Amino acid sequence: MNEIFHDYVFDFYRKMKINQINLIYEGEVTHQITKAFTALTEENMAKDAEPNGLQMKVFHIIVESLQNISKHAQNLRGIESDLKGIGTFLIAKSKTDYFIIAGNLVHNEDMESMINLLEKINKLDKKGLKLLHKEQMKEGKLSDRGGAGLGFIDIARKSGQKLSYDFKSIGENTSFFILTTQIPRLKIS
Amino acid sequence: MNIIKIEGQEDTPKIVFDPSNDIFEISGRSLPEDAAMFYEPIIEWLQNYSQTPNDHTEMHIKLNYFNTASSKLLLDILMILEEMVEDGKSCIIKWFYDEDDEDMEEAGEEYSELIEVPFELLTY
Repeated sequence: MNEIFHDYVFDFYRKMKINQINLIYEGEVTHQITKAFTALTEENMAKDAEPNGLQMKVFHIIVESLQNISKHAQNLRGIESDLKGIGTFLIAKSKTDYFIIAGNLVHNEDMESMINLLEKINKLDKKGLKLLHKEQMKEGKLSDRGGAGLGFIDIARKSGQKLSYDFKSIGENTSFFILTTQIPRLKIS
Repeated sequence: MNIIKIEGQEDTPKIVFDPSNDIFEISGRSLPEDAAMFYEPIIEWLQNYSQTPNDHTEMHIKLNYFNTASSKLLLDILMILEEMVEDGKSCIIKWFYDEDDEDMEEAGEEYSELIEVPFELLTY
């Protein structure tokens, strides 16, 4: 019986190494988890002597990605109680980029508005994003869960990349939403 | 008038609002678990202060990091200063950033575009 676990762990270890995954988490995303992951990543990036600007970008995108999970997962509360606050989170690092990957369940009814926003963001250039951010700062209100509607916009601005996302269908009413943010390690401007 | 003095934590900023010593400062990093709850008493205090403020109010902001939820509340704080200026009071915002930190510099520039208050960007 234990053989299965041993094989699983070994396989898991090798896959993590091959895909250059530094951290992987599946479970409830709490504020404590956010603090732990940011502290750990900061420590690792300092050890690798990454430039300050890059460290802050990665830090920022980790915080926003995790807070997205905790907020959206919170929205499911009361409807599917076993799903609340749960998400999957990965950090990978290649020679050229950091990758922050966040996954969580969403209701299919919320998918359309999410896609609209993500696509709207992906069509904008740097200047357009700046304007959208400004607009949202002025018009947007903090939601009950403390979301400012700025998370995706900010992730796109800080990373300087298009938002790469996917919805994987799970059952009739829910999908698994995945957002991958790629942050170039070499300065691009 | 009473003062606000909150020590900074790993996820919340240091805040000192002390009118009798002319100190108004927000510094450190801001990613509270519940940003609205954290900033509520600060905003309320500032609203009270804005009724009978000092002749001149100089707000120093020395944040090295804030999340998007905090960014919205920071705007609410700065908008109280804007109302003070509209009422004919003298205010200035001094935004300090690390000279290597382009994101914080840009954030400062953007706040200066969002509100009508004398605004200075300074490196530290």
